[in-house]
Amino acid sequence: MNVTIDLDTKFRAAAVAEGLVDVRYDVVASPVGDLHVAATGRGLCRISYDGADWEERLARGFGVRVLRSPLDDVRRELDEYFDGRRREFDLPLDLRVAPFPADVLRELARVPYGRTDTYGKLAARAGRPKAARAVGTIMNRNPIPIVLPCHRIVGANGDLTGYAGGLDVKRRLLELEGASFR
Amino acid sequence: MATPQVPPFERFYLTHRDEVLGYLRRLLGPRAEDAWQETFLRALRAYGRLEHGRHLRAWVFTIATNVALDELRVTKRTDPEGDLEPVAELQRDAFRELEHLTGDLPPTERAAVVLRYGYDLPYAQIADALGSSEEAARAAASSGVRRLRRTHERDH
Repeated sequence: MNVTIDLDTKFRAAAVAEGLVDVRYDVVASPVGDLHVAATGRGLCRISYDGADWEERLARGFGVRVLRSPLDDVRRELDEYFDGRRREFDLPLDLRVAPFPADVLRELARVPYGRTDTYGKLAARAGRPKAARAVGTIMNRNPIPIVLPCHRIVGANGDLTGYAGGLDVKRRLLELEGASFR
Repeated sequence: MATPQVPPFERFYLTHRDEVLGYLRRLLGPRAEDAWQETFLRALRAYGRLEHGRHLRAWVFTIATNVALDELRVTKRTDPEGDLEPVAELQRDAFRELEHLTGDLPPTERAAVVLRYGYDLPYAQIADALGSSEEAARAAASSGVRRLRRTHERDH
């Protein structure tokens, strides 16, 4: 006896409407591959290029009541970004990180569309000029890439250095934004 | 054996949603869909308080049974103690032949019979589902089986 799509859709909507879900998620197709996106009642909390153990990772971070359900606003803003029609995101975020990473991610959010900056400068703006390496780690663990644009952060000599989604993705995002890099 | 962790709700839901709908259809017929949604909403409300991932199948059948019995507006009836009739049991194949008749059973007997013979749940878990003792669950299933056989014989 298989549950129909209709019945399934109704249940998921009712669960969200009743506020019974700790974290809901969706998968958004994009030019750089499938993006796994997740939100709590407070806002967008994860974007991941990697779908392995995705539900378990969400459960560890936000609670076991994990449910797939459409995240229309997130999907729309990402689609607009990849179409070149959006330069900044308006989505509320649910960031649960320690104080220093929070400062760094807040500064990161200010790096403009189509521009790059370095790990060292970002560290300095977050108040810890010598913490370039720590900032690299924070970029690597960025819970909400693309929306928090860690792809715009490059090495002091202009090298792309690294990216959670792979260097090809970092390059494609910078090209999409018309940034100059090497 | 290590205690299994509570899986993310999505996994629990995908594992059990079809089977629970089948069960509720057997108990409620066309009214099953509302009861099915109510079952998983109740499960989700309680899910964050689960302490381990053991017996989740029996747990969701318990919720479904409660929803179905509510739907059938039944006050839970425990069978009288000291029922001296021998316990009636069924083979799976025999149950398949009689299953279409379960709709005429009283609700508690229907749930007990379907959980026992349709889903192979042990009596201890059926007792939890019915909110009764294991003996009462066994008696309800047994009495249901006798009733099914009588109906079957009358119709043939």
